Amino acid sequence: MSTAKQTISLAHGAGGKAMHDLIEAVFLSRFDNPHLRPLDDQAKLNLADLTARGDRLALTTDSFVVDPLFFPGGDIGRLAICGTVNDLAVGGARPLYLTCGFIIEEGLEIATLERVAASMRAAADEAGIAIVAGDTKVVERGSADKLFINTTGIGVIPPGIDVAAGNARPGDRVIVSGPLGDHGIAILAARGKLDFETTLVSDCRPLHALVGTMLDACPAIRAMRDITRGGLGTVLSEIAHASGRAIEIDEAALPLHPEVRSAAELLGLDVLYLACEGALAAIVPADAAERILAAMQRHPYGRNAALIGEVRAAGRIGVTMRTTFGGRRSVDPLIGEQLPRIC
Amino acid sequence: MKFIDEFRDPEKARALLGAIERIMPEIERQPDRPLQIMEVCGGHTHTIYRYGLEQLLPPGIELVHGPGCPVCVLPMGRVDDCVAIAKRPEVILATFGDAMRVPGSRGSLLQAKAEGADVRVVYSPLDALALARAHPDREVVFFGLGFETTMPSTALTILQAAAEGVANFSVFCNHITIVPTLQALLETPDLALDGFIGPGHVSIVIGAEPYGFIAEEYKRPFVVSGFEPLDILQSLLMVLRQLRDGRGEIENQYSRVVADAGNAAALAAIERVYELRPHFEWRGLGSIENSGVQIREAYARFDAERRFPVPALRVVDPDVCRCGDVLKGLIRPQQCAVFGRACTPETPLGALMVSSEGACAALYQYGRADPT
Repeated sequence: MSTAKQTISLAHGAGGKAMHDLIEAVFLSRFDNPHLRPLDDQAKLNLADLTARGDRLALTTDSFVVDPLFFPGGDIGRLAICGTVNDLAVGGARPLYLTCGFIIEEGLEIATLERVAASMRAAADEAGIAIVAGDTKVVERGSADKLFINTTGIGVIPPGIDVAAGNARPGDRVIVSGPLGDHGIAILAARGKLDFETTLVSDCRPLHALVGTMLDACPAIRAMRDITRGGLGTVLSEIAHASGRAIEIDEAALPLHPEVRSAAELLGLDVLYLACEGALAAIVPADAAERILAAMQRHPYGRNAALIGEVRAAGRIGVTMRTTFGGRRSVDPLIGEQLPRIC
Repeated sequence: MKFIDEFRDPEKARALLGAIERIMPEIERQPDRPLQIMEVCGGHTHTIYRYGLEQLLPPGIELVHGPGCPVCVLPMGRVDDCVAIAKRPEVILATFGDAMRVPGSRGSLLQAKAEGADVRVVYSPLDALALARAHPDREVVFFGLGFETTMPSTALTILQAAAEGVANFSVFCNHITIVPTLQALLETPDLALDGFIGPGHVSIVIGAEPYGFIAEEYKRPFVVSGFEPLDILQSLLMVLRQLRDGRGEIENQYSRVVADAGNAAALAAIERVYELRPHFEWRGLGSIENSGVQIREAYARFDAERRFPVPALRVVDPDVCRCGDVLKGLIRPQQCAVFGRACTPETPLGALMVSSEGACAALYQYGRADPT
């Protein structure tokens, strides 16, 4: 079926031939794998395969509603794969299978959907996972914004790995994997409402391989979170509160592109709360910190990894930052959306 | 970031802090009372907390966070009026981001937006004018607020709209002026402020001269300051030197951008478009004479208050709020009974918890670091 310059109509979600043709032409042709091919109502996964890889299943779900759909460094499809892969990976799991649900606004160009699907396949290949089940719904114009995607992922956690937000212990070190805020600033610029341009691109990327090298270097990593919407400040606050500990970080050690610092300065935004889509924060035992850091820096997605702080033996539960100026400030979770300051 | 990092150099900070420490014993003061220095501007408050400056200062200096946060001092009745305008189906309301969360008596613009009002964040009133050009079938209203810092840009946008004949653009004007407010503050009977770190951005527009009365009548040191941490430390040192010498003068630390006479073009635009209101209500401080401006008759068609009916009801601040006492330096934010309990950035009761420039929100957000 030729799909050039055609648009999605309500018929594509009605369950009949139009829907079947769309799934065949857009999704099946791109996602193709033995689990998906039969187009049954469910994917069937071999238990023995799973248990051979680990002793616990990790399961996670995330929905993606990014505007615009395509932005420098990524698109909603790549984001939908990487986001869920990363949520599995930072739990110490090897991501294996994903399902995806599409909610499509009537009128979306089919070519757009094809671009997104192709990008999802490429990201899935990079992450080493298979898209094994899916769903498509079409809603009336105005009931959704172009395209929403939900992905649900399954991974397997090898024995002996216990990565959880509540595990931070006094003396542990804090590591971040990459520059902060690239995604947040790239998206702001791509929306075109703020009238500034940047060469920054989103850091949207799968982190499973980086996490693999970290766990190889030290299986006793305590806690990891991928840094998404709330930024580093929110993620570290969550870990501090889950562990009931005080975390102190050093502003001077934060890996930041100068463009991000400048844009945040100009726009009145705090870099600690800028979104990332391909960076993680990890709490690691002190004696393994240098080893883990070195392993990360050898991986292309960890080249800018840095030791930024430590878990303290005492102090108010939460996060404190030593400023470059020698002072100290507390870092609380982001409340609502970050709003620019007036002057 | 060239030209910014230089003003955040820890080495230079240490030198300034050393000088501040050395001068303290040379200043005559009552031993049981710290020197109270007010930074007037919310931007300064933000810097002070963001860099943890208070913890770096020697004992005996207390920074009092002044009324210069335009979002914080906006009374609830005005927010209600703005929400009423925003909820009109033909209106696109354009606003600076930090005004979104300011609570009125019946919710904020953020809530109005969630309920269907078309509210958009802009970085400049010119962006609002561009919205008006792009949507000729809608009424675009800019929520004009701020001190003399933002007054000229709103004025120039109105002049631009008039020149182009844009018919669907207007301003809900809440601009306020700093000098009468400082005067009202200085008239407070129990006020114990020893000196001022004066506003920087406002002074770019009005210059340093209008503050002359503070030196002449009230004999208090007043140093116009920039916004980087080194600016603030240097300004503080300049205030302390005046106190040591028994001087009460207007000085300009921010001379790299502030001219003593201000910016003539900006002042001309202000003069052309606005006139003083006899009174304007301030959240936490009450009504202050000649402290607000409104749009002149000649530009009445750009005045949202004349264009749309507004409820214009005065809403009293909650009894428990002591924002006014904090603004005057009579109490510290944490001495207010509701601070951090009933009143947090998530559910602000009082004005000062609303914007990150407000003394309470800044303290809540940045200031609770462990002292060690």
